[in-house]
Parts: sequence; C-alpha cells; structure tokens
Amino acid sequence: MQFQFENFASFLTMNGHGPYVWAAYGVAVMVLVALVVAPLLRQKKLRKEFSRQLRQEEARHRAAAQRKAQSEPAATA
Amino acid sequence: MSWQWFHRLGSPRWFYQKTSGWLPWLGAASLLLLAVGMAWGLGFAPQDSKQGNSYRIIYIHVPAAFLALAGYYIMAICGAVGLIWKMKLSFVVMRAAAPIGAALTFIALFTGAVWGKPTWGAYWVWDARITSMLILFFLYLGVMALSGAFAREQSGDKASALLALVGTVNIPIIYKSVDWWFTLHQPATLKLTQASTIDPSMFYPLITMIAGFYLFYAWVLILHTRSLVLQREWRTQWVRELLEKPAPAARA
Repeated sequence: MQFQFENFASFLTMNGHGPYVWAAYGVAVMVLVALVVAPLLRQKKLRKEFSRQLRQEEARHRAAAQRKAQSEPAATA
Repeated sequence: MSWQWFHRLGSPRWFYQKTSGWLPWLGAASLLLLAVGMAWGLGFAPQDSKQGNSYRIIYIHVPAAFLALAGYYIMAICGAVGLIWKMKLSFVVMRAAAPIGAALTFIALFTGAVWGKPTWGAYWVWDARITSMLILFFLYLGVMALSGAFAREQSGDKASALLALVGTVNIPIIYKSVDWWFTLHQPATLKLTQASTIDPSMFYPLITMIAGFYLFYAWVLILHTRSLVLQREWRTQWVRELLEKPAPAARA
C-alpha cells in the first residue's frame, strides 16, 4: 500500500476531480460534526434552563417563608 | 424466562446511567475508524480504471446510504415497540433517530449528486434510486415535524410512529430500485450472497468506513437519546439530582 499521488498538489486536484471529491468529504464531515454537537448543545441549554428555574423556586420559597414569619406575630397578637 | 430486563430497558433512567460508560469508547472507536478509512480512501486506495479519482466519494456515499436505510429500520421498529408495549424510551429513541437519519440521507444524496456530475454529466437525474432516496429524506423530515406538532407529547409519539411504520414500504423499493428500473446508478457493489464486485484494495477501506459509520451512528443515537431523555424526564427526581450537580468537564 502506498500513497497514490506524486505530491500534495496532485492530491488536491485529483486529476480534475478534486473539487467534487473534496466537496463531498467536506460537507459529509460538517454534517457528522453537527450531529455530535447538536445534543451537547441541547444538554447545555437544558442545564442552564434548569438552574434558572431552581433559582426562581428558591426565591419563591424565601419569599413565602418571609411572609409567614411576618404574619405569624400578627396572628398571635 | 424473566422479563425484567425488558422492562428495565424501557426505563429512561436505567438507559441514561447504563450508557454513560459506553460513550467515550464508542466515540473514540468510531472517530478512529472514520479517520483511518478517510485517509485510506482518499490517498491510498488505487484509482478506479473507469471513473478515476471521483470514485473516492464511494467511501462516504455508500456507508452513509447504508446507515440512512438501517436508521430507518431502527426508527420504525422503535415506533412499533412504543405503540405495542407503550414503552416510553422506545419513542424517545425513535425521535432521536429521525434527525440522524435525515442527516445521513442528506449526505448520501449530496455526495451522490457531486459524484454524478463528473461520472454521469449531471448532478441530478430523476431515476428510481435517487427519487426513492429523496422520498426517504422527506419521510425522515415528516417524522421530525409530526413528532413536534402536538401539544401533548404522547400524541406526537403515536402519530410519528405510525408515519414511520407506513414509510417502511419505501425501504424495499430503494433496495430493489437498481434492479427493477433502468437506471444510471450502478448496482450494489457489496453483496451478502455472492462475491462482491470490488477489488480487495478498495474493499478494505470501504468496510472500514462502513464499520466507522455504524459505530458513529450508535454513538450519536445514544447522545441524542440521552439529551431527549433529560428533556422529557425534566421533572423527575433523578434528573433534578443529576442537573443539580455541577457539570463535570466532559459531559459527553
């Protein structure tokens, strides 16, 4: 098994078929990369969304606790 | 026989935990095979006597078309399992398989068009193989659109599973299209029952690429399914606990 082209330039041109071959490989690689990246991005977004909701929930809990603490003395009085 | 494994298989949580250990191995193995196969096919496999260097596109085109078809089986079978046994995870895998299948069908169509120009003199011809592959592409897109078209997730599951099942009639048509109709498309190079019509020096890089694509498909399908599982199981305790932990550096 040996390299089929004399030099790098002829590897790129491939006797005139270079643009077709390289376009096919290039687009294929781009699509494959996108397939890997897409779920990772979704997971990242989900994580962000989740921590935002968590903060909101905590804020709500704190507010509720505060209201309770304020209203209790009034109720006993 | 115990059916416990079958029910466990349907549990999104079990799936998520089980697969996290496989991902790095699958990813590394598939990327290695793809890199070796691409270098081999681009630089080291001999030139084709008739088609010259343009034939090197086969190392992308054929594996992508293989997986576009195999992926449709997986999607349709998962849809059927979901409809019959009401298995939640099965529908999630079906949803994950749709965009991956569409992407692979796109690769097969695109590389085919680019290969057609120097070989046939045209990017596109409306012959049976190419047209049935285009229909496959639309079927994938249809499943994606339909699964997202309902406010209730379960309705989307059922409708798109049904569409996936109906669409399977297209699969044998694609396989047989080069035999049934006159076409410019060359007949299958690799055959299960007879000797393949391809020289070993071209066959080995091709089989390397096919193996790489299969592993890549498995890897990506698991990645997509896991992210959809998290999205769906959002309100359950185990997902909350998982997301509350700070993200480790390599979450893949």
